[in-house]
Amino acid sequence: MAEERRLRVIGKPLPRVDAAAKVTGMATYADDIQLPRMLHCKILRSPYPHARILSVDASAARRISGVKAVITGQDLPERYGIMPVSQDERALEFEKVRYVGDPVAAVAAVDEETAAAALDAIQVRYQQLQPVMTIEEALREPADEPIHEPALTRRPFNVHRLISYEFGDLEAGFARADLVREDLFFYQGSTHLPMEQHSAVATYVDGRLTLWSSTQVVHYVHRALSKVLGLPMERIRVIGAAHGGGFGGKTDPFSHEIVVSKLAMITGRPVKCTLTREEVFYAHRGRHPVLVWMRTGVTREGRITAMHVRTALDGGAYGSYGAATVFYTGMLQTVTYDIPAYKFEGVRVFTNKAPCGPKRGHGTPQGRFAIELHLDKVARDLGMDPIDLKRRNFVKPFTRAVNWLRITSCGLEECTEKVLQASGFRERERRPGRGMGFAVSAYMSGAGTAIYWNDMPHSEVQLKVDRTGVTVYCGAMEIGQGSDSVLAAIVAEELGLEPGDVRLVTADTDTTPIDLGSYSSRVTFMAGNAALEAARKLRRLLVEAVAERMGVHGDLEEIEVGGGRIGDLSFREACEVATARFGALSTNGSYRPPRIGGPFKGSGVGPSPAYSYSACVVAVEADARTGLVRPTRVWIAHDVGRAINPLLVVGQIEGSVYMALGEALMEEQTYRKALHKWPSMLEYKSPTFLDVPEIETFLVETMDPEGPYGAKEAGQGPLLPVVPALVAAVHDALGIWIDEIPVTPEKVLRALDAKARGEPGRYGPRRFPEFDFGPPIRVEPPDPSDLRVGEELVRAFAGER
Amino acid sequence: MNDGRTLSPGQASFNITNDLPTVWRPIYTQTRFIMLNELDRPVERRAFTLWVNGEEAHVLVPVHKTLLEVLREDLRLTGTKHGCELGECGTCTVLVDGQPQLSCLVLPIQVEGRQITTVEGLGTTSRLHPLQEAFAALGAAQCGYCTPGILLASAALLERNPRPSRQEVAEALAGNLCRCTGYVKILEAVELAARRMADG
Repeated sequence: MAEERRLRVIGKPLPRVDAAAKVTGMATYADDIQLPRMLHCKILRSPYPHARILSVDASAARRISGVKAVITGQDLPERYGIMPVSQDERALEFEKVRYVGDPVAAVAAVDEETAAAALDAIQVRYQQLQPVMTIEEALREPADEPIHEPALTRRPFNVHRLISYEFGDLEAGFARADLVREDLFFYQGSTHLPMEQHSAVATYVDGRLTLWSSTQVVHYVHRALSKVLGLPMERIRVIGAAHGGGFGGKTDPFSHEIVVSKLAMITGRPVKCTLTREEVFYAHRGRHPVLVWMRTGVTREGRITAMHVRTALDGGAYGSYGAATVFYTGMLQTVTYDIPAYKFEGVRVFTNKAPCGPKRGHGTPQGRFAIELHLDKVARDLGMDPIDLKRRNFVKPFTRAVNWLRITSCGLEECTEKVLQASGFRERERRPGRGMGFAVSAYMSGAGTAIYWNDMPHSEVQLKVDRTGVTVYCGAMEIGQGSDSVLAAIVAEELGLEPGDVRLVTADTDTTPIDLGSYSSRVTFMAGNAALEAARKLRRLLVEAVAERMGVHGDLEEIEVGGGRIGDLSFREACEVATARFGALSTNGSYRPPRIGGPFKGSGVGPSPAYSYSACVVAVEADARTGLVRPTRVWIAHDVGRAINPLLVVGQIEGSVYMALGEALMEEQTYRKALHKWPSMLEYKSPTFLDVPEIETFLVETMDPEGPYGAKEAGQGPLLPVVPALVAAVHDALGIWIDEIPVTPEKVLRALDAKARGEPGRYGPRRFPEFDFGPPIRVEPPDPSDLRVGEELVRAFAGER
Repeated sequence: MNDGRTLSPGQASFNITNDLPTVWRPIYTQTRFIMLNELDRPVERRAFTLWVNGEEAHVLVPVHKTLLEVLREDLRLTGTKHGCELGECGTCTVLVDGQPQLSCLVLPIQVEGRQITTVEGLGTTSRLHPLQEAFAALGAAQCGYCTPGILLASAALLERNPRPSRQEVAEALAGNLCRCTGYVKILEAVELAARRMADG
């Protein structure tokens, strides 16, 4: 799309449109909602990691004064789950519990204290089963019984998903290699730790249910409520309240959302449930712990000839997004490096722990951590500079990867150059205890396919204009990332307004058209494109009406739009003229990604209309006596396509870097005897003001041909390179490899001890469990220069066969 | 279990808790035992007079209700947020006589007659405090949930140290967690506000 005219709003570092509400405490989050006669809900949760429920007796709880309703699993038997292939959760379980914290019963009472007392009066009899706590255990035949019934799993029955692909000729690739190296890595699980606990409020009036929730995905919650409650969707309204942080943690439909809805229907009164911080740790859906094995062949010149990747994911008790996560651990390596033959085998297992799901980067940080460090080691084996080796294998823009992923704009080289120069990487002073590390990455600007398969748009925007001005209606959910500000900026740009002149109604399923939600970094690209289409249509109509009024004939481009004016008229006058001319006036825009997946089963996970690229250098001080690692500075360059609002983009990048440092150095969601080791904000260590180094951010703009004004994502990708760059920096400083995050002092000291004993200076996993992935799906690689999409691609492929 | 019509919630709680395996106890003891103590005796309510944002407020609340709960639920000052209610995250920070305090750990009886400032008392949407202006202008609030607490802790810092170094700002705010911003923009915003306030 040609952008010849001067942009007035796009590209300007403007404050967010909701800034004043947020700095004055006026933004209304879900827990701030208080409705007349509102009841409070508490949920009884399993104390056991794995047990059959023998009986639930709530009669005593029901007799407590102030208790208005008690529900158990029998009241909500229908199963749900975010992925159509993983309908394995119940809002309240009545057959068995699968992790400590699994919901079993719920109470609505006049206040929280009464509700809590009622929980204590509910008698649940359990028959305990042997819990499965590790990937290795889950890959063996179950000692007791499998966590889920066989229909939902695969042999040996605690395997949730199993995938195996071979793209190109792996054997020939390895045969061509001058050097082959294998490595093993472990990426520990961590949780999102949003500052706001999950909260939801429901009312049921006139046969209509309304739910306010701190969710990232109003549409998916809407679907789950309809399924479980048996209410038609037109009788349910889901509204996204002001949102206190998600990072992927509020992307599933949750038990408490369904439970308050049911309780509101039973009692006829509003019902609220706010999770305690401890419950949030168990609600989880965070980063999967992943074991990654990698084997790569390279030529003497450092060109990759073949790569074989195996991943094993500890999924916790339920499916959540896991069917997609397992793909993400292995599919995006090919988007940064040109790998001519690629084999990827992945397995996700069920264990009796809080369910894992999508956390910022969704499945890709684990694979990225592995490939960046693995290539560092390969380069050293070759006697080559790791950066040279990586650069030699960088993908080129506008090509197709061996696993059919279509790469469009790509600023990998520019990003690399920026951080290397700014950090002085090549000229760095070599001193024991000080080091620098480098890594790159890529991430999706929205998934190319929807969670549930359909032909409809992924995002829809309506613009209403009348004599009072313009309003944007869109289902996109503002979770703090700035989605409202992006919509306002795009519409303002097209209509010659300031973002503050644009009214926004977002994330309300009664009033706004569908947007799939704030996940997979999709909003700027998808809702942005939909808004752009709607705004351009509206602009044409306004200009046409103004031209007619001004008596301009011929080239409508001569009518200037900007500064709150259209031609000779103010924007308000233009609205009046247009309404007089056309009657009630609204325009629509929608966005559906092109069909870009390859011609094979499972090709729906990984394709994105555009990939963002990042490069990062981390500098550390590492103390060989204490094992403490302190990042001193981070340089990060991010190819965002175009920064719609650089202030917000830089904010996303800095937040990503911070969250990556937390994962790299201290955060872990781990268990002792099936209990979370540290379910509190004090014990679960996350970086404070004192732990974050200077972060120097560079925006690289590559003007993606399909992004709105050329924009791509910024919210997740910049997290990815920081973790491996930090570990590489520790190696640079102390000469040891910590192949397992978080990099704790204990691991550093152990690796140093090993090195002192003359063993490899390494801390990390030692073996990948024996497991038969079965024969792979073999896929012919595409022609790397064939960028056709949609029907054209499908037809071309059908012709070839 | 007791068979009577009027079940003592405390008693029920005791039984259930005893039935729990030892591994589970640490989890619920935090919340349940406190609850049990509260419910074992009649809830004592008391009238308090609190000075909040310069206004006198009268409330009749259980003596064990925290200042956080009284502010949010009784006075409807929902600008004060909460992230843990255990004194760990700093989100519920308010000022008591100008000093930052975690309102989830304070009881009204401790602050009777003292000046309490919440974010609603710092500035309004039509007249922002310089800190609020700077936070808005520099993108120091993303989801905005930790923002009220950090604003108040920052206001207290600038009151006692009008030109703090970056290290001093970081130390003053080290008890406040934020998951969105990586803290960078917040540090910049506090410094900007300090400069503007010092320049008058």
